[in-house]
Amino acid sequence: MAISFELTEEQAELRRVVRQFARDKVAPRAREMNANREFPLDLVRQMGEMGLFGLPFPTEYGGSGGTYLDLCLAIEELGRVDQSLGITLEAAVGLGAMPIWKFGTEEQKLQLLPALARGEKLAGFGLTEPGGGSDAGGLRTTAERDGDHWVINGTKQFITNAGTDMSDFVTITAVTSQQPRAVTNFVVPTGTPGYTVGGGYDKVGWHASDTRDLYFDDCRVPVANQLGETGRGFANFLSILDEGRIAISALATGSIQGCVDECVRYAHEREAFGKPIGSYQAIAFKIADMESAAELARNQYWYAAWLMAEGKPFKRAASVAKLYSSEAAVTAAREACQIFGGYGFTTEYPVGRFYQDAKILEIGEGTSEVQRMLIARDLGLPPARVG
Amino acid sequence: MRIICPIKRVPDTAADKKIDATDNTVDRDGSEPVLNANDEWSIEEAMRIKERDGAEVIVLCMGPEAAQTTIRKALSYGLDGAIHVNDEGVAGSDAVGTARVLAAALADEEFDLIIMGNQSSDARTMLVPAMLAEFLDLPALTYAKKLDVADGTATVQREMPSGHQVVEAPLPAVVSVVEAINEPRYPSFKGIMAAKSKPVATPDLAALGVDAGEVGLGGAWTQVDEITPKPPKEAGEKVSDDGSGNLGAQAVAEFLTKQKLL
Ligand SMILES: Cc1cc2nc3c(=O)[nH]c(=O)nc-3n(C[C@H](O)[C@H](O)[C@H](O)COP(=O)(O)OP(=O)(O)OC[C@H]3O[C@@H](n4cnc5c(N)ncnc54)[C@H](O)[C@@H]3O)c2cc1C
Repeated sequence: MAISFELTEEQAELRRVVRQFARDKVAPRAREMNANREFPLDLVRQMGEMGLFGLPFPTEYGGSGGTYLDLCLAIEELGRVDQSLGITLEAAVGLGAMPIWKFGTEEQKLQLLPALARGEKLAGFGLTEPGGGSDAGGLRTTAERDGDHWVINGTKQFITNAGTDMSDFVTITAVTSQQPRAVTNFVVPTGTPGYTVGGGYDKVGWHASDTRDLYFDDCRVPVANQLGETGRGFANFLSILDEGRIAISALATGSIQGCVDECVRYAHEREAFGKPIGSYQAIAFKIADMESAAELARNQYWYAAWLMAEGKPFKRAASVAKLYSSEAAVTAAREACQIFGGYGFTTEYPVGRFYQDAKILEIGEGTSEVQRMLIARDLGLPPARVG
Repeated sequence: MRIICPIKRVPDTAADKKIDATDNTVDRDGSEPVLNANDEWSIEEAMRIKERDGAEVIVLCMGPEAAQTTIRKALSYGLDGAIHVNDEGVAGSDAVGTARVLAAALADEEFDLIIMGNQSSDARTMLVPAMLAEFLDLPALTYAKKLDVADGTATVQREMPSGHQVVEAPLPAVVSVVEAINEPRYPSFKGIMAAKSKPVATPDLAALGVDAGEVGLGGAWTQVDEITPKPPKEAGEKVSDDGSGNLGAQAVAEFLTKQKLL
């Protein structure tokens, strides 16, 4: 059979280990760390010791020697219990470390990757600006050459993992030439004079994940901090997002599966009119729909990851995965809250948190509208006249 | 330093099948036998010695062919190799039979320490560590909640109902550990990947020179005649109070006295 959904023994074991970690270490802490808006440094460090932050990187660079799918399996299992920790891993590897791995010089890789891959440090990915995320090409941040330095000015918005005690640097896009317009990537270390990390946001969900506003005010970085070729910065960052959609889809799949876990349990326990609510078709069918969504979402992200691993075109499959799974995650979480009745509207059970956390899945790393645009464009439909 | 970690494959008592069988791969981890939980503490303790002082840590397991997965699990924590006594004849061994086989497997091995869990979660006899020490004619330090190894001596804090004893023995020695000794790590992905390439020796009973009649169900000194499931929980006793707290407290005190808890 040319088609196989069989994980390797090692992948199955990885999934078991992360599932156990999520169940035993993360689940008991999830409610409190979200209520306290606490970034759980100790859990993140433990994930580092398990090698989760190095999953797709070779061991020579401090990595674990696995694949992108391995990373996604780990993200799904974490996301099944707590979405904040799931996005912390997703953004740290998929967005933070990946640009160094893909576009860094050998020297940059050796210098910057090992600490990230071992989960000792985190990196942010600074693409979105206050003026726009979907239209990330319309960025206003600039970098001007001054001798051996680049001088950066501008603002980045909603940057994950940029302001934790472990945050080592952020990679950014900046306009390096207006005529012709050229965008280039830079590595800006935490603590560089002129680089300020803002106080973050009062978010609706992802309370235990770090999201920051970043300010660059005549911030000087050495020319050695340029990442990748001059003028390739926008295309390079977009290619990072192409892959990242598969990982976000894994996170969304975890959210749906987490809703199934909680609802199956509750539908057995909770009684109404003398019977477990799971015996009422109205409830049972909701859960059956949820499970269907989880399986479809998983199949699609596995498929996209497989295409990518095979070196085949995968962008459309990744957009489909991200679009479907994120919208299904919002639906599943809403229905899960419904099944929990009044308790679903409290933080006593995880489903309320899943509901708060799900919405961003339809927005981050390309909104649902952007995914539909990409899919439509891939089908050859004419692009909208923008601008 | 060379350390032996005897391990056991046991049914997963913590499994909750209903919520784990949820994906589209055959994933029976809810019901598949697992590594005995207490062995995670002994492995962790051995790994700490390995990381601190340098040591070769070898897994020892008596079990069927299928125990390979459990051995690989143990190796994924970073251990160096394994001895798998793989023989149909060991099935049904009691504590004496098990200790006899483990001792035979170690007869020609050099080692400084045997660290093992104080019990297995299925049989719970807590006998094997002491019996193994007896067969090997080694000192046994059991129920260790703290272990120090220095200058050829193992020193443990031995957990007691009312505190602990400090006991020491010259190496080589057998140490059995309890939960309080450490918090085991999770295997790293590198460890999981490396586990499959670690050397595993697979002697059978004949190779170890063990008389098959002395082990297995046939050789067992003990025999399980009958099994009765745990009686269902009895309905609790409700006590009412008039709001003052006195009646309630009195009833609770009487109940505790009746149960000989006060
Ligand atoms: C918690 C959190 C974490 C984040 N982490 C990061 C990070 O680490 N790095 C990073 O760079 N960014 C990050 N982001 C930013 C995120 O990627 C953007 O918010 C997202 O891309 C949307 O951009 P925007 O907010 O500017 O919305 P806009 O682009 O202003 O979009 C507003 C609305 O208009 C729609 N829209 C826009 N253009 C079109 C069009 N052509 N056709 C139809 N509809 C359109 C959008 O779909 C959306 O519904 C994060 C955001 C959040 C909230």
